Amino acid sequence: MAGIAIDGISMVYTLPGGGEVHALNDVSIDVDQGEIVSILGPSGCGKTTLLNIIAGFLSPTAGEVRMGGTRVEGPGAERGMVFQQGALFEWLTVARNVAFGPRMAGSPVAEATEKVERLLTTVGLQGFGDKPVYQLSGGMQQRVALARCLANDPDVILMDEPLGALDALTREKMQNLVLKLWKDTGKTILLITHSVEEALFLGERLIVMAPRPGRIEREFRLPFPEQALSQPAREVKAGPDFVATREEVLSMIWNMEEEIMGQAEADQG
Amino acid sequence: MDDKTKPSDLSVWLGLADNTFTRQKTVKFGDATAVNSGRFYSILAVAACLAAWIVASVFELVEPFYWPSIDGTWDRLVKIAGEGFRNVALWDHIGISVYRVLSGVFYGTLVGVPLGFAMGLSSTGRGLFDPIVEFMRPIPPLALIPLVILWFGIDEFAKIFLLFLASLFIMTIAARAGVSSVRISKVHAAYSLGASKLQILRHVILPNALPEIFTGLRTSMGVCWGTVVAAELVAADRGLGSMIMIAKNFLQTDTVVIGIIIIGLIGYIIELIMRRLERWLIPWKGKG
Repeated sequence: MAGIAIDGISMVYTLPGGGEVHALNDVSIDVDQGEIVSILGPSGCGKTTLLNIIAGFLSPTAGEVRMGGTRVEGPGAERGMVFQQGALFEWLTVARNVAFGPRMAGSPVAEATEKVERLLTTVGLQGFGDKPVYQLSGGMQQRVALARCLANDPDVILMDEPLGALDALTREKMQNLVLKLWKDTGKTILLITHSVEEALFLGERLIVMAPRPGRIEREFRLPFPEQALSQPAREVKAGPDFVATREEVLSMIWNMEEEIMGQAEADQG
Repeated sequence: MDDKTKPSDLSVWLGLADNTFTRQKTVKFGDATAVNSGRFYSILAVAACLAAWIVASVFELVEPFYWPSIDGTWDRLVKIAGEGFRNVALWDHIGISVYRVLSGVFYGTLVGVPLGFAMGLSSTGRGLFDPIVEFMRPIPPLALIPLVILWFGIDEFAKIFLLFLASLFIMTIAARAGVSSVRISKVHAAYSLGASKLQILRHVILPNALPEIFTGLRTSMGVCWGTVVAAELVAADRGLGSMIMIAKNFLQTDTVVIGIIIIGLIGYIIELIMRRLERWLIPWKGKG
């Protein structure tokens, strides 16, 4: 197991007209092994670009990502990924989706089957193995996505707004599931979200990003994931610390949005 | 009649009454799901056609040269079903036409799907084949008959080659569309799960393309069925197309009509089988 070192990442796109877009500007984050880190920011702050670079789908124009001393050059099984939605294989059953990674690695069927059963129970989908994934609700599909990722036993789990498309109630339940999986497996988790509450609840560390150019605005160290391990989630979210931090982060993001609007108006004028 | 009275299952089946969901809708015009099968009117339409034919036959309203009587046609059908037509059994006429279509579609798929994959997956493949495919696509297969006859004569190979060409470009375009439709997050997910390029091709891109490929198969079957009959009209001694052409030469209008009815029915049956197969083989279609 290892953490991730994100070191001086910049991403610059050259536009057809000759202009440049700075999607990311000198972003550095050190994620320790077993940490759960959330990344929050308004749209256009480059958080998805950053996650795609860590996953190895994009190569940055400057800087590098290292895992256990090795430079990330492309996607790999040690960095599991959970997407927002639509990344399950609809032609496979729930169990076959979860078994995808082990099957590709050529592990024995019996071993994979046992693992799949265990993981489906972990995510609360026991008995759903033979169902086609398209018959499941959005929340259940994301449970499958989590189980599929865990079946591969990655060192790091990258989550790209995994709960973004779910309704509010399902979302809260799934947040608890993510926390439980983090605690039970000890995996390093990096989660992108646009929900302030989710970012606070699922981040020992919260990294707030700002747009134009995409950069780290501020970093918080938060006690809430730890608290939620011993306390009901609703109580944690209703606590005075949580509420105060939420307001602080919210107003920060509000100010960014205002600034963007101001810039846009200035650009037009 | 009381609004609350539940219509009988029969009248719902016939489409004379709306089903239980549609019945509760206040807005029906413009709601496509509120239009039912109208089965009663389908039966009525078919019955009316038959009735018109019977009336015309009984009262001898039409010269048999233009349109045969229904009893005469039936007698002819029984005769050619038993004795065959021009020394070839009716089943052979049907069988050879179906065989040609299936062969053409088979070879068209065999070549077209890899071609479409190459076009969807590689810039070189797209560049190489795009001009050819886009040029051949709008040419009706029938326009190729003279060339195919010049090249291969009128034997069996020539007809299957023509049908191969007819389905080839349909299958290529379908496979290309299927490959292009893969959502990038599925491919990314597979890479993150440790899949190799070959595994992604086999376990992600291929199954993802199957619905489009199957739609291509259905279109191919339809186009090839139309093409085989036309090809047999021009040059063949067996097959449904040749049967009606020869019958025309002997002024046997009844045999011509029988041929046309069989061609229509078989085309319809092929479509039904393909739809059934699609639902059975690709139940995930449109549910990604």
